[in-house]
Amino acid sequence: MTPRRKRLIAVIAILAGVGAATALAMLAFQDNLLYFYNPSQVMAGEAPKGRTFRIGGMVTQGSLERTAGTLKVRFVVTDYKHSIPVNYEGLLPDLFREGQGIIAHGQLTEAGEFVADEVLAKHDENYMPPEVAESLNMPTPARPVE
Amino acid sequence: MIPELGHFALILALLLSIAQCFFSLNGAARGNAAWMAAGRSAVVGQFVFVALAFGALTWAFVDRDFSVLYVATNSNSQLPLFYRVAAVWGAHEGSLLLWSLCLAGWTLAVAAFSKSLEAPFQSRVLGILGLISIGFQLFMLMTSNPFERLVPRASEGLDLNPLLQDFALAVHPPILYLGYVGFAVAFAFACATLLEGRLDAAWARWTRPWTLAAWLFLTIGIALGSWWAYYELGWGGWWFWDPVENASFMPWLAGTALIHSLAVTEKRGLFKSWTLLLAVSAFSLSLLGTFLVRSGVLISVHAFATDPARGVFILAFLTAVIGGALLLFAWRAPRLKSAAGFEPTSRESFLLFNNAFLVAALGLILLGTLYPLFMDALELGKISVGPPYFELVFLVPMLPLLALLGVGMNAAWKRGFLGSVRNRLYLAGALAVIGSLLVGGAAYGEIRPMTTLGFALALWVMISSLSIPLARLRARQPIPGAVLGMVIAHFGVGLATLGITGVQSFKIEKDVALAVGDGADVAGYDFRLAALRDLRGPNFIAVEADVVVSRDGRPVTTLHPQKRLYDSGGNPMTEAGIEVGAARDLFAALGDDLGQGRWSLRLQYKPLIRYVWLGALLIALGGGIAALDRRYRERATVRAGAASASVAPGSR
Repeated sequence: MTPRRKRLIAVIAILAGVGAATALAMLAFQDNLLYFYNPSQVMAGEAPKGRTFRIGGMVTQGSLERTAGTLKVRFVVTDYKHSIPVNYEGLLPDLFREGQGIIAHGQLTEAGEFVADEVLAKHDENYMPPEVAESLNMPTPARPVE
Repeated sequence: MIPELGHFALILALLLSIAQCFFSLNGAARGNAAWMAAGRSAVVGQFVFVALAFGALTWAFVDRDFSVLYVATNSNSQLPLFYRVAAVWGAHEGSLLLWSLCLAGWTLAVAAFSKSLEAPFQSRVLGILGLISIGFQLFMLMTSNPFERLVPRASEGLDLNPLLQDFALAVHPPILYLGYVGFAVAFAFACATLLEGRLDAAWARWTRPWTLAAWLFLTIGIALGSWWAYYELGWGGWWFWDPVENASFMPWLAGTALIHSLAVTEKRGLFKSWTLLLAVSAFSLSLLGTFLVRSGVLISVHAFATDPARGVFILAFLTAVIGGALLLFAWRAPRLKSAAGFEPTSRESFLLFNNAFLVAALGLILLGTLYPLFMDALELGKISVGPPYFELVFLVPMLPLLALLGVGMNAAWKRGFLGSVRNRLYLAGALAVIGSLLVGGAAYGEIRPMTTLGFALALWVMISSLSIPLARLRARQPIPGAVLGMVIAHFGVGLATLGITGVQSFKIEKDVALAVGDGADVAGYDFRLAALRDLRGPNFIAVEADVVVSRDGRPVTTLHPQKRLYDSGGNPMTEAGIEVGAARDLFAALGDDLGQGRWSLRLQYKPLIRYVWLGALLIALGGGIAALDRRYRERATVRAGAASASVAPGSR
């Protein structure tokens, strides 16, 4: 094999590899890109129907209802302009509290309620999920100092 | 007073870093031995003063000096001594100081243990390490000073995040950083080589043990992080494809590719510029990882807006280091010629595939990690990339990688045929397939295609690894450290694959609502909530449950999951109750009081999960054994011959 041909084969192999990787990435991206919406956007109909997305906002004070003795919970997520009720069955994270920011992962029903399969509240106890902070037009809070 | 001394020591360390960089690089360029010696002395001085600064910050924590802002924000007078020390690296400023200390330590080690290097080359390496030190120390002094005072002093600190009050996470950052920063040595070796414009087998031989050492720390660091997430985050997952995890995993992938590529460069004088590029990439990804995790970019691109100085500095530093190295590479790398060729089924070509698949996985993970940041920065919507993306793009390159691994390890250098090894491999392959069907069918009563493939690959890698020392023993050949290390590390890869396949295929997770006396069935185990009690710990109160686990009426164990409330306030924390076993873990985490006397619990059955971490530890152990191979320590004598003879072909 001449060096020229060798180089040609190498270039073709690299292109094929990069092409395969790109195709894989596109395929994997297809179903796994999750968009984030706040309640106002959901009310305005921007959120997709029948597709999983993330919704975020503050849990309205006093809105948390449990069906006693079961794992079913229902609470309201708000951005202080609009509110969306969220239904969830499962364990809530340690950092879940009324009056704090959360992100829920799930789908919107025809009735305009959100059915979550996952509820997230991030690690840091002073931490508000950034998407929530921004969608509320609030600066991401730094840890307060006494 | 002590914090001011620490601050002053840090300033002196910066000045010494500048001296180290200036005298080493210029001394090497001019062949001035006195300047090069001055550079080496500066290395020692720099280490001493960074260590003093680190000691001063540690003292402030131990002494509960809440007049220091960083101490007041990250510790509390009730915090036990061990965690007060660990709190030093509990947040941004202190972890930068730890980073700097690790770098100074590695630099000192290079100065002390590479006397056999030619003086100008060693000086260039030290000079480049000095440049990186300057960057970090300037960054600390200008934007993230850990010694900043709080006026008036706080009467009490805010406490260390309770999630971080844990042994594994206390030791996780230092070990991870030793790995991250260790790649700086390979990076500096690569840059020095590019500056000199020549690369021989001896170069690869010097670089290999340093790279292996860094990589083994990174391996342990990642495994510790995963183990911690499993038992402390409370929900039993062991890898989340969280950007923070990806940030440490990407340099690991690059480092893994690098140690394999270095083998080819040393043995056969091939892949020279590729090896250099990987050395640059591994460290660049380490830097990226450090900043991604500790600067708040991941939380939000706009977090930079709250502290623009930090953001601008980080971007400038990353650009200077990565851009500078790549420019140097583009300018000088074409000078390095890899002359020899190789056959398509020789070991070189298998290592080429290894690199291709590792780099493909790395690139796709990088894409998934940074894509949301770009979208956010360009105001194109808020997106997150879900774990299924990462699982798919990681799995697809890993399957052929594992399949080829068994053959590649047994293939000879340069020669194209497998010869007598072929029968050995057929046997290993047959055993792997039979074993996989047996494990899936007999142990779990189910044969699924992906699970069978996973088990088969795991067994294939393990058996073909073991076949190497067995064949050597039979032929009464010695087993050098490098071969033993390779075998152990690859056996670890197989073991980890076995664990990952098992836990991903057969894990069972159940959320249940139980009253005292109620039970639930998980994978044939009966989990029964037997009792609940209140409990007082050193700095928290807790509710503890007794979860009695039995199988077919015979008691197995009693788990004690807790829900803790720390005295310093904040949210409750979940402490899982875990029964560890060779075949499976049983896991119970306590949720909330649901009313009507019921509590929510998450119950889990995790088969083979221990082998994920055990495999990782073997990988690290193998790296350590390989790094201690005798031939790396015989450098001084080898060097004299290597300058003229360059490569000893076909040697193993």
